[in-house]
Amino acid sequence: MSSNRHVVIIGNGIAGITCARQLRKLDDTVKITVISGESTYFFSRTALMYVFMGHMKFEHTQPYENWFWEKNRIELKEAWVKSINFTSKNLLFQSGENMLYDELVIATGSKPNKFGWPGEDLQGVQGLYSKQDLELMEENTASGVKRAVIVGGGLIGIEMAEMLAYKKIPVTFLVRESGFWSNVLPKEESELVSRHMREHHIDLRLNEELDEIISDPNARVKAIRTKSGEEIECQFVGLTAGVTPSIDFLRNTELDINRGVKVDFGFQTNIPNVYSIGDCAEFHEVPAADRKPVEQVWYTGRMHGETLGYILAGKKVTYKPGIWFNSAKFLDIEYQTYGTVPARWDAEKVKSFYWEHAGGKISFRMLMDLQGKILGVNNFGFRLRHEFFDQAIREAWDGAKVISKLDKADFDPEFFAPYYIEIQKAFKSQFGGDVKVSKKTFIQKLFGASV
Amino acid sequence: MKIIQSIGILLFLIGLAVFTAMPFLGNYTLTEELVLSSTKDIHQEKMAEVLAPMYGETYSSNFSFLSAYKVNFNEYNEALKAESKWDEVIWDDYSLPLAQTSLSSPVRDSPWLFFGLSIGLAVLGGLMYNLPKYRGEPEGIKNNGIFHSAMKNRGWMGMITGAYLILFYIILYWFPAYIVNQIWMVTPLSMLLSGNPASQWFLYGTIYTLAITVMGVRMFRKYRGNKYQQLRTASVMFFQTAFAFLIPEILVLLNQPYFDFKNIWPLDYDFFYDYQIDTFLSSGGVGMFMLIWGILLIVIGVPTFTYFFGKRWYCSWVCGCGGLAETLGDPYRQLSDKSVKAWKYERVIIHSVLVLAVVMTALTIVNYFSGFALLGNVTNQLHSIYGFAIGSVFAGVIGTGFYPFMGNRVWCRFGCPLAAYLGLVQRFKSRFRITTNGGQCISCGNCSTHCEMGIDVRWYAQRGQEIVRSSCVGCGVCSSVCPRGVLKLENGSTENRINEMPIIIGNDSIKINA
Repeated sequence: MSSNRHVVIIGNGIAGITCARQLRKLDDTVKITVISGESTYFFSRTALMYVFMGHMKFEHTQPYENWFWEKNRIELKEAWVKSINFTSKNLLFQSGENMLYDELVIATGSKPNKFGWPGEDLQGVQGLYSKQDLELMEENTASGVKRAVIVGGGLIGIEMAEMLAYKKIPVTFLVRESGFWSNVLPKEESELVSRHMREHHIDLRLNEELDEIISDPNARVKAIRTKSGEEIECQFVGLTAGVTPSIDFLRNTELDINRGVKVDFGFQTNIPNVYSIGDCAEFHEVPAADRKPVEQVWYTGRMHGETLGYILAGKKVTYKPGIWFNSAKFLDIEYQTYGTVPARWDAEKVKSFYWEHAGGKISFRMLMDLQGKILGVNNFGFRLRHEFFDQAIREAWDGAKVISKLDKADFDPEFFAPYYIEIQKAFKSQFGGDVKVSKKTFIQKLFGASV
Repeated sequence: MKIIQSIGILLFLIGLAVFTAMPFLGNYTLTEELVLSSTKDIHQEKMAEVLAPMYGETYSSNFSFLSAYKVNFNEYNEALKAESKWDEVIWDDYSLPLAQTSLSSPVRDSPWLFFGLSIGLAVLGGLMYNLPKYRGEPEGIKNNGIFHSAMKNRGWMGMITGAYLILFYIILYWFPAYIVNQIWMVTPLSMLLSGNPASQWFLYGTIYTLAITVMGVRMFRKYRGNKYQQLRTASVMFFQTAFAFLIPEILVLLNQPYFDFKNIWPLDYDFFYDYQIDTFLSSGGVGMFMLIWGILLIVIGVPTFTYFFGKRWYCSWVCGCGGLAETLGDPYRQLSDKSVKAWKYERVIIHSVLVLAVVMTALTIVNYFSGFALLGNVTNQLHSIYGFAIGSVFAGVIGTGFYPFMGNRVWCRFGCPLAAYLGLVQRFKSRFRITTNGGQCISCGNCSTHCEMGIDVRWYAQRGQEIVRSSCVGCGVCSSVCPRGVLKLENGSTENRINEMPIIIGNDSIKINA
């Protein structure tokens, strides 16, 4: 690769920044520029809620100190790109400046979905994705909000509910489906989360849709109306019905776009030397059977960045995701998943084992094929080891083997109750087979760790 | 609940106000008998003569009493110094015992009443504030509003608290004669425990232990549902109360040397001082046991326990400084500096203190056996410099006074020579590490923000690396606050304990070993 080429990355989220870092590790001479209008320095989008709730300051969300970029010769440009001339390889900024590139990476991320609801652009109505959204939310909730309505039952919605709870603002939560996050979570897990939300005094309305957002005389929200005709007075509306690639400035150019920027498994777009990664990229076909053409998760963004870094450094690699994993936190309940656990499955082809603690906040599910080989797990309220399940699922371990070794998979802190023993017992009684039930360790007995 | 908590704060503030106002109570009258009974034999005659102008006069405040004392005493001493009569100069400071003995005040008359009104109310108020915390809320750690708080984010309340603590330490270490009322206040308690009157150190120990207890209760509430945090909090509360506070006093009651069995050299920097060794050697079997126990802890206890469990076995489960930091200091843990620059300073400073402590101790021991033939004066100088700069200023004034400014582990991170020793073992020969859970890190930064030792935990976690750092005290809060279950404190195989992962688990695009 020529040494004085200029790689320009639009977007300093996890995908763009990981790409820049990997490329720098592999190539000492290439010139790298990262452009962002959102913030000069990379920050962790997932931590915005903690800034709002006073757990952290904004600078704490920045994973690298400011000197890091200069030291690694990654140039940062704070600007919004207005348009791109792909022929002359020239970026035009909103400020009127230009920048030439040799290779371009589009990693512009997402923006909150808006479905054309009446009143969706009123003051006090917003999504939560960017730093600017956070600042807007601080402004919108500074005073006078007696009730908030959140529309859309996903991860950002529940984060927003938690943020509003910090300000002691009561929340009504409209979810179109019959269960919370029910396009991802199986029924029991969805109900577990719903119960916990209600425990936190969130007014959760399932099977309820937004019809209209109603304005006061100052173009500010004063209420919403649901599809069932109920009017709910509120001074803040959170729109959290998913996100969509943020690529408006690329529409009507020669770049091939559908929902996102169309790419192959080398992240190559239809234009040579132009790549796209992260939330805004859309694969021509799904990267794996259990994946989607647009991957909008922190971890996939990071993997896209890692892989493209290698590609731009001249390595012959293509994107090949490994075993799926993900995590989230629903108020106080942590959630992890490894492998494939869809919301619904064909009982003819898939066996499900589900265990839930009597307290209703801790659960474990394992799906197996008809031969009993593990397909994936969901765990709520306790922690499991990534490496363990990466190996077990990759090697298609027998379910009974996974359960027998579950003590090795436990990732809860020391002295925590050994839930894996209860899970082993439950599995043994449901599925029988050759399952070893772990004994309590001396320490667990000593400190009375009970489930 | 809110009402109980508000009353709690009110009671705490009343207790604090009474405690703070106490030095201004009472008056001071000195007589010749009192001077004779409070000074060493060799100084009795001189002191009785020097202080004669003060006899019979009633001073209405500690300020007027102590300044009169200073005038008279200095007049005598300065004259001798001017004439270079060094042998006749009185180097002992009698201001504390004389102020104590000449005091007549309501506190001295009814010490238990004032104990109740100051420390008692503060403890009661603290418990009333802490116990109802989070009642009716689901289990889970809430760091809500920490950075919006005037107390916990270097706001005005934090500044006042820090200033108060610093002032308290300065008075305690260098001007104890001003707080004789408080010393009288805890004297009956001291008589009960050890049969001896209280010193300012007994006063300090009492407050210290109660602070750990009340704020330990706060920890139980804050980290409810988290067994690791609760157990280690119970552990520091136990070791402070039993080992640091009660057992040494009871030893004294039994005519044994005052000894804290869990205090380890070089944190316990005077362990090998000549007067300590003499005490051990002159106290029969018990003294000998103490000496051997102390040495065994240093040469076997520290490396062995640290090999198996990391330095946390001491720093966040046993140590008194750690105990205060983990309870009273917990609200300030997020104020530690996470920058690489701070880490560089940390390594230089803490290891310098360790070297200084080792050199000083080596010199002391050589001198002990050679009858102070080698550099005897230098050793004494070193002792007083170390005692002042490290023992008092660094460990006390800065160590605790700076909680609201630089976080709760300033001393442990930058100054403690024992932490440096434990850290060297932990870094190079230990089974302890914080395990990163594969690729689950989302770089949110909760772990780094709430690390009291200023470790940038996220730096490692987001790379899928295990965290192996000499400074980690294993408090486990990074693991507790992680929203994605990424961190776990573990003791395990020393193989691959320090791992470099070029590609994080879950991405099969790149084959590292292919």
